[in-house]
Amino acid sequence: MMMNKRNALATLTLACLGAFGAMSAQAADEPLRIGLIATYSGPYADYGRQFDAGVALYLKEHGGKIAGRTVEVIKKDTAGPAPDAAKRIAQELVVRDKVSVLTGLDFSPNAYAVAAIATQAKIPTLVMNAASSAITASSPYVARLSFTVQQVTDPMARWMVKQGVKEAYTVVADYASGTDAETAFKKAFTAEGGKVVGEVRTPMNNPDFSAYVQRIKDARPQAVFFFFPSGVMPPAFLKVWKERGMEEAGIKLYATGEATDDSYLDATGDVALGLVTSHHYSYAHASPKNQKFVKDFAAEFGTKLRPSYFAVTAYDTMAAIDLALAKTKGELSGDKFMDALKGLKFDSPRGPIEIDPATRDIVQTVYIRKTERVKGELVNVEFDKFERVKDPAKESQ
Amino acid sequence: MGIVIFDGVAYGMLLFLIGVGLSITMGLMNFVNLAHGTFAMVGGYAASVLMNHFGVGFFPSLAAAFIAAALVGAVLEFCFYRRLYRAHPLDQVLLSIGIVFVSVAVFTYFFGPTMQAFQLPPLLDGRVSLLGLEVGRYRLFLILCGVAVLAALLGVLGKTRYGAMVRAAVDNQRVAGGTGIHVQRLFFLTFSLGCGLAGLGGALSLGMLGLEPSFPLKYLVYFLIVVCVGGAGTITGPFVAALLVGIVDVAGKYYLPEAGAFLIYVVMIIMLLARPNGIIPRKGLA
Repeated sequence: MMMNKRNALATLTLACLGAFGAMSAQAADEPLRIGLIATYSGPYADYGRQFDAGVALYLKEHGGKIAGRTVEVIKKDTAGPAPDAAKRIAQELVVRDKVSVLTGLDFSPNAYAVAAIATQAKIPTLVMNAASSAITASSPYVARLSFTVQQVTDPMARWMVKQGVKEAYTVVADYASGTDAETAFKKAFTAEGGKVVGEVRTPMNNPDFSAYVQRIKDARPQAVFFFFPSGVMPPAFLKVWKERGMEEAGIKLYATGEATDDSYLDATGDVALGLVTSHHYSYAHASPKNQKFVKDFAAEFGTKLRPSYFAVTAYDTMAAIDLALAKTKGELSGDKFMDALKGLKFDSPRGPIEIDPATRDIVQTVYIRKTERVKGELVNVEFDKFERVKDPAKESQ
Repeated sequence: MGIVIFDGVAYGMLLFLIGVGLSITMGLMNFVNLAHGTFAMVGGYAASVLMNHFGVGFFPSLAAAFIAAALVGAVLEFCFYRRLYRAHPLDQVLLSIGIVFVSVAVFTYFFGPTMQAFQLPPLLDGRVSLLGLEVGRYRLFLILCGVAVLAALLGVLGKTRYGAMVRAAVDNQRVAGGTGIHVQRLFFLTFSLGCGLAGLGGALSLGMLGLEPSFPLKYLVYFLIVVCVGGAGTITGPFVAALLVGIVDVAGKYYLPEAGAFLIYVVMIIMLLARPNGIIPRKGLA
């Protein structure tokens, strides 16, 4: 009974919001409410920390205001991948907290769940990380500022072929993004004339990689491409890789940037040295805008927390909201806001980025980097790039 | 083939080193202690903090890890565990799993959610030639540690007066108390020993498993498999089970990578059906 009443109330309020969205936007002294759904506890709490830092930095640089209005960020914790919780939280944010924009969303299942609410409530939703390709297709009110797995995997495969790699072995973690990476890699690699000679999927909770690495060593491929989510898996794999003397055996190793995530790179240590990866942001990106970003970031949060691609996307998301509102002249209705977002182009610390008008997905430069020790710190040094990369998974449709 | 078995043995030894403490607390003292991984984590963090921030060497850090985990175990035993020795196993599960969640939050608060950095000492880095195999030095070290801990525990529990008192107290607390054994103090010491061993295992695992606050939950199932398949309350049981799990896991992943990840669970089910009290059951349970 209670549930039904509540649901009915929610639907009513949603309907009202839709109808009077324009009206509430007029009240200029009302703060702009932004709902930030992220992970603040549990093993992935670093994600929320990075988002917060990026958002806080942007707001600080702009006097706490976006489009002339003070901003109130309402943070909610999903404690990891939890689509049910994410959906309920999104509902509460829309109905009770009356947010105008939803953002955050580190995990793809959460983003899919929130997309349904975005469609119902016509609330613009900006994805700060979730990298599954079809998220932006799941609601017309969802746009993405991060990346897709395919977007960073595809250039790596092409670059490897350019370097003369003809045969590759793939190793991925056995979950949705892992299989996405495997498929995207195989497709791009074979399209360029390479051959995938072996594939292996490892469980997500794998304590020891020695069996997999030994198997690769005995198969003697020319090169190995791997994809693991950032965190404990890449260092564990790299440690065994080094211990087995794979480099001495002449097997080259490539990965996507998750393997050398700036948040974890220092803890990963020297085993990451020399690893070539592809990703859209490195903390060591050499542009004046990024240098300023990193400097301000360090001034605000100290040097212990490095801005990772999470922080930079959070920063860019705030910039995108700002720019879109400037275009709509403060008008917050879902449709107008989304129209303003489409085709938006601006300079981010990671380089030039734009929102594809057709897919509402990000178009950006993907860099090829190598892990080096610069001034005593391990960093990803960019040395090659692919410009204006769209999500290849959508290109093919 | 040789290298696969070697890797399996090394991995099994790591499981044994962490899990044997659980065999002591769970088997000998009949306490369902799901918080075992927490003590391993305490040891791991103690070693990692000492090495990264105070420049202490790897080997002294191992000793410190043992002491730190034993101390934390002693404090928790004194405050909480001691009250529940005679309680229903479900109450013990509730207490220990609660300790796990609290520890995860506490470690996240103080050390952050990210992984701890770890660099193997040069002595254990790289490979060494052994009987025609190129084996990892660190893995070889794990095997040596495992054998040393096994020998030490068998000696202490089987040959010393302390061991005899523990066995007596486990078999019949009331009679043991009647003969003048201070059972509570004995359990306090034994519990701390089990926790210390977990801490040592946690510190030794730094070179293989990543250490982060979710450690106690992430690897809990492996410790439980080792102890249950081996037979809780014995020392050789978990040793044999750990070797079995290690070799099956590594060999499965090497020869059958598609199925490898759950082979150990299949083995666990078969073993539990065949020998429900463990490979080497405790006296009186066979």
